[in-house]
Amino acid sequence: MTLLLFLAILDGLAYAAQVFMVAVGLTLIFGVLRILNVAHGSFFAIGGYVAATLGTWAATTALAPALALPALLLAAVLVGGVLGPVIERLILSRIYVKEHVLQLLVTFALFMILEDIQKLTWGVQPIFQDAPVRVLGQVEVGDIIYTAYQLYLLPGVALATLLGLMWFLRRTLTGRVIVAVTEDREAATAMGIDANRVYLLTFTFGTVLAALGGALASPTTSLVPGVGVNMIVLSFAVVATAGLGQIEGAMLTALLIGLGRSVAVYFAPEFEVVIPYLIMVAVLLVRPHGLFGRPELRRV
Amino acid sequence: MDRRLALPAFAGAALVIALAASAPWLKFVFTIALAKGLAVTGILLLLRAGQVSFGHALYIAVGAYTVAFTRPHVGEMLLLLPLAAAAGTIVGLAVGLFVARYRDIFFGMLNLAFSMVFYSLLEKLYEYTKGTDGIRVARPTIAGMALERVDYEWTMLIGGIALALALGWLASRFLASPLGQALPAIKTRETRLEFAGISAKRVLLVAYVISAALAGLGGGIIACTTLHVTPLLSYWTHSGELVFIAILGGGGSVLGPYLGAIVYELVRVYAAAAFPDGWQMILGAVLLLIILFAARGLWGIYEDLVLRKGRRA
Amino acid sequence: MTAPLLSAKGLKIAFGGVKAADGIDLDIAPGEFVAIIGPNGAGKTTFINMTTGYLRPQAGHIHFDGAEITGLPPRSIVRRGIARSFQIPQLFTEHTVIENVALKVAAHGRFWRGLRPLLDAETATTAMRLLEQFGLADVATARATELNEGTRKLTDIAMAMALKPRVLLMDEPTSGVASSEKFGIMDTLVAALRAEGVTAVFVEHDMEVVERYADRVAVWSQGKILAAGPPATVLADPAVLREVIGVETKHAHA
Repeated sequence: MTLLLFLAILDGLAYAAQVFMVAVGLTLIFGVLRILNVAHGSFFAIGGYVAATLGTWAATTALAPALALPALLLAAVLVGGVLGPVIERLILSRIYVKEHVLQLLVTFALFMILEDIQKLTWGVQPIFQDAPVRVLGQVEVGDIIYTAYQLYLLPGVALATLLGLMWFLRRTLTGRVIVAVTEDREAATAMGIDANRVYLLTFTFGTVLAALGGALASPTTSLVPGVGVNMIVLSFAVVATAGLGQIEGAMLTALLIGLGRSVAVYFAPEFEVVIPYLIMVAVLLVRPHGLFGRPELRRV
Repeated sequence: MDRRLALPAFAGAALVIALAASAPWLKFVFTIALAKGLAVTGILLLLRAGQVSFGHALYIAVGAYTVAFTRPHVGEMLLLLPLAAAAGTIVGLAVGLFVARYRDIFFGMLNLAFSMVFYSLLEKLYEYTKGTDGIRVARPTIAGMALERVDYEWTMLIGGIALALALGWLASRFLASPLGQALPAIKTRETRLEFAGISAKRVLLVAYVISAALAGLGGGIIACTTLHVTPLLSYWTHSGELVFIAILGGGGSVLGPYLGAIVYELVRVYAAAAFPDGWQMILGAVLLLIILFAARGLWGIYEDLVLRKGRRA
Repeated sequence: MTAPLLSAKGLKIAFGGVKAADGIDLDIAPGEFVAIIGPNGAGKTTFINMTTGYLRPQAGHIHFDGAEITGLPPRSIVRRGIARSFQIPQLFTEHTVIENVALKVAAHGRFWRGLRPLLDAETATTAMRLLEQFGLADVATARATELNEGTRKLTDIAMAMALKPRVLLMDEPTSGVASSEKFGIMDTLVAALRAEGVTAVFVEHDMEVVERYADRVAVWSQGKILAAGPPATVLADPAVLREVIGVETKHAHA
């Protein structure tokens, strides 16, 4: 029992780390662009697929073990660096001034397109590439043998992302510009800030984070059609529970939801998928704008 | 219903019957299309309020599984379908009390989340739902008559058309009533409703429950037509399909959903078979094109071609 | 003296460090027309927002017809008989003028009942009568977005009147209106309000309008009432002139 609970906690931490990578991009993009990108989960899935493909290719080269981990990062940068700017410039930039409902529909349409691109490119059979996990080997934690990849690397990357992001937004010029646009778009534009560049940069960066989340998840989960949709609803649950636009809060709720889910996996597997949403609904019933969110002032 | 709607509605109904008589397999396709048209009418009400639900397949599945679960005890379609609509109403009220507090992003995504939770429960609670195998539904009697397959299919189609006409008329009345006319205010600035002494949340809740009831009824008809229900009914792709049909048909008229649904189902029969893994991609691309370039959908095109021209003449 | 219909006691609210209401006491008798004047940022609109439930005062009480209404949501306050109009008219932009008024007529009556069209014979008649009272019959079928500012203001007030209020709070009924039109608009709406026996409070910048139409003037300054009384007395007070009119003259030419 205790052993199972301990295992559930370790799993939960690793899982929360993956979800956080996706959720933080979603919430950052929302904070700046005021668009909730329904296709964000697809970046997670495509990041995973590209990482698995790159990993399989890397395994055939002479530098096989050494390339396994860099391949993950490369996959994320490739996916985010290509898809992010293309989608932001070609599609999103046309809808910033449109009604909310149209913005949602457009990103939903993108989501439909990207889901099938995965099926057409990688097929519908599960894909699995665990070279990065094997490279790092296993460690003993008490009575449990656990992979170093899930124990150290995943939470480490998530924590580094959170700290790096906080540092970036508070201490660097570009970061402060992004924050300025988040807080008051009109005033920021009036001060001569190029909002379009900020949008492009933020969207691309958020996309890279989602793809990195997918790349990091790929060695421990098999990729099948539908991972993208599961991830968008889950990361939305994380972001909504924290409050839209809340970055530090998203880490906390990712932990809450990640742990809740993995405990369910061990003790009530039928309800694995339900737990995260129960947590979300419970929080939203008490705090309609999330744990850390503030209500937007209604206009008279 | 005014003449500009009644005429195309009855002409469309006659055309559907004529086509179904000439190609027997179309009876099935059209019945499913009409059932989806009912659900899409609900989506249209929500779109009037500027809200989009990415989870209304939930209510289709609720209606369909209600039929599947009660069919062993209830053999009569005239009881099964009201039960399906009632189940949709009850679940819609429970979920609606929660989601009607939200707008835009939250509204869309919370609906998606609820439908995906329901999907996973249908899949995992094998003991009750038979998981992905789904449940077979024995053909029910209609008004006490046990019909042969061809007669049954005809009755379903004619009944579906009658329901669509009746509910389309009711929907147009609803949209013209004060409550229906208040929906657009939620889209632009809902505090105006509050200052008129009206709760915007309650306005949205009423529209939401109606949309859930319509989708529940549509799900019931789907179960009675396909005679087999699976968890896939509540999967996100089906919710997306409803939104797609609503946009394809166009939000300008209560006939839009049926026009959209019939065109969609006809194309799907051929195209989805030809591109099984690329179907969502095609839908997504067409959806983008409609939103960016023909926002009033097929009904808008019909208006431009027929009604405007008629008025000028 | 008759009991006040609307009574504010010790209302306080601050935004950040700015005190928009710092102990407001104001009693309004049935049938009175009270003008609120004062420089921009003095808290005039904030008073309307607190009275209509859009803002909850941090201290103090508001009574209407003897009952406390402090902090009630806007829609319950409307239902009790306090309506408002806005500095920027809040029309339903998707609808025509008569539909706008009809929506409020229906909101006051049969909103949740039945599937009769918005513009059924009864509602259309009531709406049309209101439009005639406000001289808006000619624009009944115009879209709300096609109107000039004066007509929009009158429509907004006609809509508020459709709720059959006992008190109407108007936020700058003549701002943005051409000066040649302002008396015409005020004549129309004051006649309509008097005919229905409605008590009115209006925020106003134009001293000519205040002198001509108000029974009483209350002068706002930094969240406090500086002076209140008949226009002739108050507007002759040197302190008021210094505080308000100096700013006002500038404002009127801006």
